[in-house]
Amino acid sequence: MKAPKRLLLAAALAAATGAAGAAEVEVLHFWTSGGEARAAATLKAMLEQQGHIWRDFAVAGGGGESAMTVLKSRAVSGNPPSAAQIKGPAIQEWGELGFLDSIDEVAVKDGWSMLLPEVVAELMKVDGHYVAAPVNVHRVNWVWANAEVFGKLGLQPPTTWDEFFAVADKLKAAGITPLAHGGQSWQDATVFEAVAIGQGGVDFYRKALVELDDATLRGPAMVQALKTFKRLKTYMDPDRANRDWNVATGMVINGKAGMQIMGDWAKGEFASAGQKAGTDYLCFPAPGAAAFTLNVDSFAMFKLRAPAQRPAQLALARLIMAPPFQEAFSLAKGSIPARSDVSLDTFDDCAKRSRKDFDAAAQSGALLPSMAHGIATRSDVQGAFFDVLTQFFNDDAISAEQAADKLAKAVKAAR
Amino acid sequence: MATVMARASGAEHARRDRLQAWLPRLVLAPSVAITLVFVYGFIGWTAALSFTSSKLLPSWNFVGFEQYLKLAENERWLVAAQNLLIFGGLFIAVCLAIGVLLAVLLDQKIRAEGALRAIYLYPMALSFIVTGTAWKWILNPGLGLQKLVQDLGFTGFTFDWLVNPDKAVYTLVIAAVWQASGFVMAMFLAGLRGVDPALIKAAQLDGASLPRIYWRIVLPCLRPVLFSALMILSHIAIKSFDLVAALTGGGPGFATDLPATFMYAHAFTRGQMALGSASAVLMLGAVLAVAVPFLYSELRSKRHD
Repeated sequence: MKAPKRLLLAAALAAATGAAGAAEVEVLHFWTSGGEARAAATLKAMLEQQGHIWRDFAVAGGGGESAMTVLKSRAVSGNPPSAAQIKGPAIQEWGELGFLDSIDEVAVKDGWSMLLPEVVAELMKVDGHYVAAPVNVHRVNWVWANAEVFGKLGLQPPTTWDEFFAVADKLKAAGITPLAHGGQSWQDATVFEAVAIGQGGVDFYRKALVELDDATLRGPAMVQALKTFKRLKTYMDPDRANRDWNVATGMVINGKAGMQIMGDWAKGEFASAGQKAGTDYLCFPAPGAAAFTLNVDSFAMFKLRAPAQRPAQLALARLIMAPPFQEAFSLAKGSIPARSDVSLDTFDDCAKRSRKDFDAAAQSGALLPSMAHGIATRSDVQGAFFDVLTQFFNDDAISAEQAADKLAKAVKAAR
Repeated sequence: MATVMARASGAEHARRDRLQAWLPRLVLAPSVAITLVFVYGFIGWTAALSFTSSKLLPSWNFVGFEQYLKLAENERWLVAAQNLLIFGGLFIAVCLAIGVLLAVLLDQKIRAEGALRAIYLYPMALSFIVTGTAWKWILNPGLGLQKLVQDLGFTGFTFDWLVNPDKAVYTLVIAAVWQASGFVMAMFLAGLRGVDPALIKAAQLDGASLPRIYWRIVLPCLRPVLFSALMILSHIAIKSFDLVAALTGGGPGFATDLPATFMYAHAFTRGQMALGSASAVLMLGAVLAVAVPFLYSELRSKRHD
């Protein structure tokens, strides 16, 4: 009776040591379309080159909403994946619930704190320990414009909101929709936050949209930002209801519209239409204060039930930060690498501009987390912002003062 | 020897009887157990969650009726509840009216009835996502109906309900009626075929006009069909989610939000699980408030027959 038991133990040990060589990592992600899927495949190939097994757990749709729903059900049933695509304060939320595991072993050894800008590094940590690896940095407050239309009308990229409205008036007079937009709450919020920084400034944005200060949410700067936001509606076409963002980008591509306020993932649409930055389309930061709103994609690492799989998890974290993947992924996605030491030689001018502004903003403290993309606040507060902003934007009966009051109340109720 | 055999077959008989008595219960047991856990168990779980402060994941910190009070002050919830009344009421009424009318017309022994029936029933074969997307294009002022009519020369024509926050909820009714009225027609048509022709002949002999025959004799015979149609339509209305997601996305603003979309957004994407649960419980309450008295009266009257 004793001998078989010992045999079994030996077999188990052998299996465990064998697994240390080829461990498995289950990766929950929502990179299912085009370039993103290709970038995920590169990561998979790199991991397999190191002898580990990548178990793909892709959940398509809804900008990750479906993936988050699946993740929650897996976590509640006590069987979370090894790594999941989570970003922003959601990382802290999962961390506080005790689901995430430290990857300091890799992060400290590889000196992530030297490689990452502080704002990005802080997003990856819970209680001072790294629990997530950043994939890239998106800039949200971009304006995309049709170069041909701008050239024909002799327009220059506006640097203030007054200039912006002057340009928009000229476009309107020429019979072109000045601003392409899709009437979905996250797109409304994307435009609003560009206005909020541009007009209210960096401190206002941080106090209102990040720190959620009640007096600032109700204050005169908020009312002013809301008024400008609403004014933009008169420069959009009325058919925008429930239009997808890429359809709106299409309007800029084919010259039906002059500009669009959208994050740098819009570049993918221009690229697939065969257009080039600088000659066919222009990119310039949203007018006003020199600030950079960021949206950082990342992978959070979950506590494993089988310790034998740990090497694969750590290898994944290291590979995500490896320059070849950082470069390949950002080229596919339109973003810039999260690591500041990756060369941008293969990138276009918009990405180079993005890096330059990023570094400048990091110096001056104008690097701000995006509210519309879930980096500034948790999802409940983000939802409160979305509801009030989209209602105010679409309903002309609500004044900016009322909306500011509603905003403060909704944020308080959601917290 | 004979008595032994008789006794044996008697025992066999008894065993078979017992098996026969137990068999239905055995066969039904799994589905009863599944229903108990996955329907009533989860209703109970949702109700319990609605009294907690659960955010991202369930937690059991009970806070009483706080989530319900939050709902009562939540403007988006009030809009959603009001929309359900508008959408549900109109959808059921219009579907029934069109369905009955089509069924009666098709019942007049016309040519190509089979083909017509298939044409009217066909939309039911589509999912609401397809219906919603198609109507999103048809109703979009810059793409669909309005542009078509304007291009035909009627430049004054406007039909912009889809982008008008006050009217957008009616576009949901249009699309849903288009999809479901053929199904109601099929149900009533089947019912009409089941009405005893002798009844109609007798009424004709008495000199009743055709509309009068339908109104006073045939349609009252179809009470059970009406009951089934109402049940099916009202649950389609209450659980409408995909149609809103595809057609309007809840917009403009949140003007076309329904309780189901509200519940999903809060429970699953916004990390406000308790608030979402509370809205789900209120939805269940609304369904029960409609269904229970109705079921009760229908089932009781049947027993009297």
